[in-house]
Amino acid sequence: MIRVGIPNALFYYVYFPMWKAFFEELGLQVVTSGKTTKKLLDGGVREALADACVPVKVFFGHALSLKDKVDFLFIPRIVCLNKKTVYCPKFLGLPDMIRFGMENMPAVIDVRIDTRSKKNAVFRAYYSVGKLFNKKPELIVKAYLKAKHIQKVYQQYLRKGLQPPEAIELIFQNKKPRLTSQSGQLNFGIVGYPYVIHDQYISVDIVNKLRRMGVNVKTSDNLSPLNLKLQRYNTGKRFFWTFSERTLRAARYFSNQKKKLDGIIHLTAFGCGPDSIVDKFIQFDNGTNGIPFMSISIDEHSGEAGIGTRLEAFVDMVKRQKRSEQ
Amino acid sequence: MRRVTFPHMGESYRTFKMLLNDLGNEVILPPRPSRKTLNLGVQHTPEFACFPLKILMGTYLETMEMGANVIVTSGGVGPCRAGLYAELHKKILHDLGYNIEMIVFEPPRLYPFNFIRNVYKLNPAKLSIKAIIECIKRAWRKLQALDNLEKATHVIRPRETLSGATTKTYKKVLEWVDEAYTTNQIVEAEKAALDELNKIPQNPERIVLKVGIVGEIYVLLEPASNLEIEETLGNLGVEVERSMFLTGWTRDNTWKETVEGMTVKEAAEPYLPELIGGHGRDSIGNTILYAKRKFDGVIQLAPFTCIPEIVARTILTSVSRDYQIPVLTFFLDEQTGKAGMATRLEAFVDLMKRKKMLLASGS
Repeated sequence: MIRVGIPNALFYYVYFPMWKAFFEELGLQVVTSGKTTKKLLDGGVREALADACVPVKVFFGHALSLKDKVDFLFIPRIVCLNKKTVYCPKFLGLPDMIRFGMENMPAVIDVRIDTRSKKNAVFRAYYSVGKLFNKKPELIVKAYLKAKHIQKVYQQYLRKGLQPPEAIELIFQNKKPRLTSQSGQLNFGIVGYPYVIHDQYISVDIVNKLRRMGVNVKTSDNLSPLNLKLQRYNTGKRFFWTFSERTLRAARYFSNQKKKLDGIIHLTAFGCGPDSIVDKFIQFDNGTNGIPFMSISIDEHSGEAGIGTRLEAFVDMVKRQKRSEQ
Repeated sequence: MRRVTFPHMGESYRTFKMLLNDLGNEVILPPRPSRKTLNLGVQHTPEFACFPLKILMGTYLETMEMGANVIVTSGGVGPCRAGLYAELHKKILHDLGYNIEMIVFEPPRLYPFNFIRNVYKLNPAKLSIKAIIECIKRAWRKLQALDNLEKATHVIRPRETLSGATTKTYKKVLEWVDEAYTTNQIVEAEKAALDELNKIPQNPERIVLKVGIVGEIYVLLEPASNLEIEETLGNLGVEVERSMFLTGWTRDNTWKETVEGMTVKEAAEPYLPELIGGHGRDSIGNTILYAKRKFDGVIQLAPFTCIPEIVARTILTSVSRDYQIPVLTFFLDEQTGKAGMATRLEAFVDLMKRKKMLLASGS
């Protein structure tokens, strides 16, 4: 059986259920690289350029670990999906970075998806991937529909408040998420990129850490697309990058929830290009509404204890403020 | 009273000053970026913003002190961050309490009305459209003259017999072009300046290496930001060819793509088929073109955390191997020191020299 590798990084947290369903329906075996580990990250740090951001290094590590286990690596070149904004330049050059940045890599499937250029660009892309494996058109269409359905289910789970790793486990392993605390006293919103927040190794599992401290966590992935679309952010010019724009809108949404929300955390990765601007804009935007805001930047060296202390301090501060208000 | 200023980029300020003066604006000249500029800029910008943003911030703050209240700058449509910098600068400056107006030029091919509106705003002398076009044409000629002079110094400097002679003459003849006003005067001044540069005693015997310079536009064009790398290389006996000049870039982005722009794109196609913003694809394409033209090496200059150049650098390792051309990358930021850079350059030049000798003796 042909094995297709999907690295557990970057787009994994957004489109993995769809991709897995699609390839399995076509009769291919999907191999993932599992959770990020120290060894995996070290591999990525060694291979990737020192100046690249942590998520890209993580991606290199995951791709490297799949090197001898798969026949193909699936790294689509997702340029634009909403006809307006594109993805970060690193995503646009991702297949090329993997292909030319490391030696002896398996063949990369780098189908280009740009909804600005053609109608039904997403379907066309999936169709051409199916054709690559010489599958019958009926089968490809069927697989595509199935994949779309799974993706819809996935998004419904996210909307209900599950985080991406939990939702993926629920869909494919039928594993119910175990809730660490039933209902906490505080409500936090975490904004940032899904591949930073939900990679439990590089984010030192910030979501569950907060839950254990008695905080209910909502991330930007839990908000509905319509809700995000309605938010207006004041930057004077449309942001170019989809994930950054989403983060700004999510921050805007959270900052309007003064009654329901006690704190906002922006999680960013060291050396992230777009975030250097996003963070500044969130700060400008947030200055007036009075919800406590913290920005945490993580990198390949960030330690459990350091982040833990900062989170605890932040939670304590919010608690104290809440008590004094009552 | 409106006092206009703009970013400092190499010698181009001479042209912009003339153009803005012609349109009836009072111009505050941006000072050459210095330590002070950097310190000011770093203080007020996000830590991971790229180097040009910090330098520009510092420049703006310095010119604000000198009384400027209108900033003319360029925009962009992504996916490079630089397109959003004008908005960020505006927010930060307003936050600091400066009451400034920002005039941002977007690519006129995509936003023709923005262009016309901006020109109108910058035209207090109420010149007619015909007169404005005349002014722009003249400014364009001056920009070309400045670029040509710079190109000439890149060829002459490694061959000069008296060290420092080129830089000295260059500084002198720049003033000639600066003073020229009509098109005829500019052409004349350019010719005289080139003659003067060619009069510098040269040593034709010297083995001169040829190195191409690729990378991000601002750090390429502003010598203060790349620590005068071209001069340093010239003094080491290296002839430099830079992949980008303001005239070429402006043409590619305002009117239509030039032939050079097209070939660069074609060359980069097998390695990077996608436009990733900034000058990532140009860096790859130009490196390949330099390799095909048998250059001895390529130097890539990029600001720290520049996304497109990081992508390009990752791919350049393969290009370097496939085309057998050494590539040295500098990621520049406020911490880069001139001595460290000079050491790395010397080592790089030594390696290239040895390779050239070996090839020469082997054949």
